[in-house]
Amino acid sequence: MMRNLLLLLLCLLPTLTFAGEAKDIADDPVLEHRMMLLAEKVRCLVCQSEPVSNSHSDWSKDVRQIMREKMKAGATDQEIMDMLVERFGKSVLFDPPVDRETMPLWLAPFILLLLGGLGLFYQLKKRRSQVGEAVLSVQDEQRASSLLNEPALNEKPAANKDSQA
Amino acid sequence: MMRFILPLVIFLILSVFLYKGLGRDTREVPSPLVGKAAPAFVLPQLYEPTKKFSPQEMLGKVWLMNVWASWCGACKDEHPLLLELSRQNIVPIVGLDYKDKAEDGQMTLNKAGNPYTLVIADADGKVGFDYGVYGVPETYLIDKKGMIAFKLIGAVTPENLREKILPRVAELQAK
Repeated sequence: MMRNLLLLLLCLLPTLTFAGEAKDIADDPVLEHRMMLLAEKVRCLVCQSEPVSNSHSDWSKDVRQIMREKMKAGATDQEIMDMLVERFGKSVLFDPPVDRETMPLWLAPFILLLLGGLGLFYQLKKRRSQVGEAVLSVQDEQRASSLLNEPALNEKPAANKDSQA
Repeated sequence: MMRFILPLVIFLILSVFLYKGLGRDTREVPSPLVGKAAPAFVLPQLYEPTKKFSPQEMLGKVWLMNVWASWCGACKDEHPLLLELSRQNIVPIVGLDYKDKAEDGQMTLNKAGNPYTLVIADADGKVGFDYGVYGVPETYLIDKKGMIAFKLIGAVTPENLREKILPRVAELQAK
C-alpha cells in the first residue's frame, strides 16, 4: 500500500520540473526583446548553423550577456554588430555585407544562372538547325491536303450523342 | 568530340572544388584580428592574483598566448607538446586560463606540469571575448610590436607546430 502510494507520488514528480528556455533573462523585457532580435542575426560560431538567439552553447550565452551589457550601456545595434565583426569576422553575420570579399558569394548564383541560360540557348539553337525544313513531294502534299479537307468522320455522331444527352 | 570534352571539363572543375572542400575545416573561421594590435588588458596572475599582467610587458619580445582551461579536453592533448616547447626555451608562452576556477586551473597545472612562463586568469572570459576566442584551445602568436601575427584555433599538433608556428616564430624573432 505504502509502496504504491510512493510510486504514484513519484509519477507526479515530473510535473514539478519546468522546461525553462534561457535562465539568463534580463530584468528588462524590452531590452531582452531587442537583444533577442539582434541575436537572431548572429551566427553561433560553435554550432554554426544556429543563431545566437536560440543556441544553448556557452559561447552564445556569453554573447547574449555581452549584448545585454552593451545595450544597457547605451550602445546601438549597429555598434554591437560592429564590435562582433571586429572580433569574430564577417562570418558571424547571417547576412554578410556586400563588399569586395563577399562579392563572389553574392554574384555566383547569377553567374551560374547566366552560364546555364547561355548553354541552353545555344543548345536549342543547334537543335533547331539540325532539324531543318521538311521538304514534301507533290504527292505527299496532295495527300495531306485531301486528308485535311475531308469532313471529319467522328464529328457528326459525336454531335448527335451530345444532343441526345 | 565536344560532347565528351565539355562534361569532362565540368566534372574536373567540380572535382577540384569538392576536393578542396574535403580538407577544409568549416569550424575554423579566419580571425579578423590577425595583423592588428593585440587588444590591451590587465589580468591577475593565476598563482599570485595580486600580481597583474598586461601584454605591454611583452613588447620587444615574440611570444605565444595559449588559451586553455581545466575543463577543456583538447587542451590535454596539446599539453605535452607545450611542455616540450617550453623545455626548448624557444619562445615564451603565456597561458590564459579561460573561464575557469583558479583552484581547478592550478590543480591541472600542478598535476600535468606547467609549460607557461606566466599564467593569467580570465575568470569571466571577457579578455577571451576581446580576442575572439570561441573554441578553446586557441593560440596567438604576437610579435615584438604587440601585433597578432597568427592565430591557431584548436589544439597544437606536431604538424602545425612544425609547419605553422615555429617558422613564423623564427621569422619574427629575426626581425
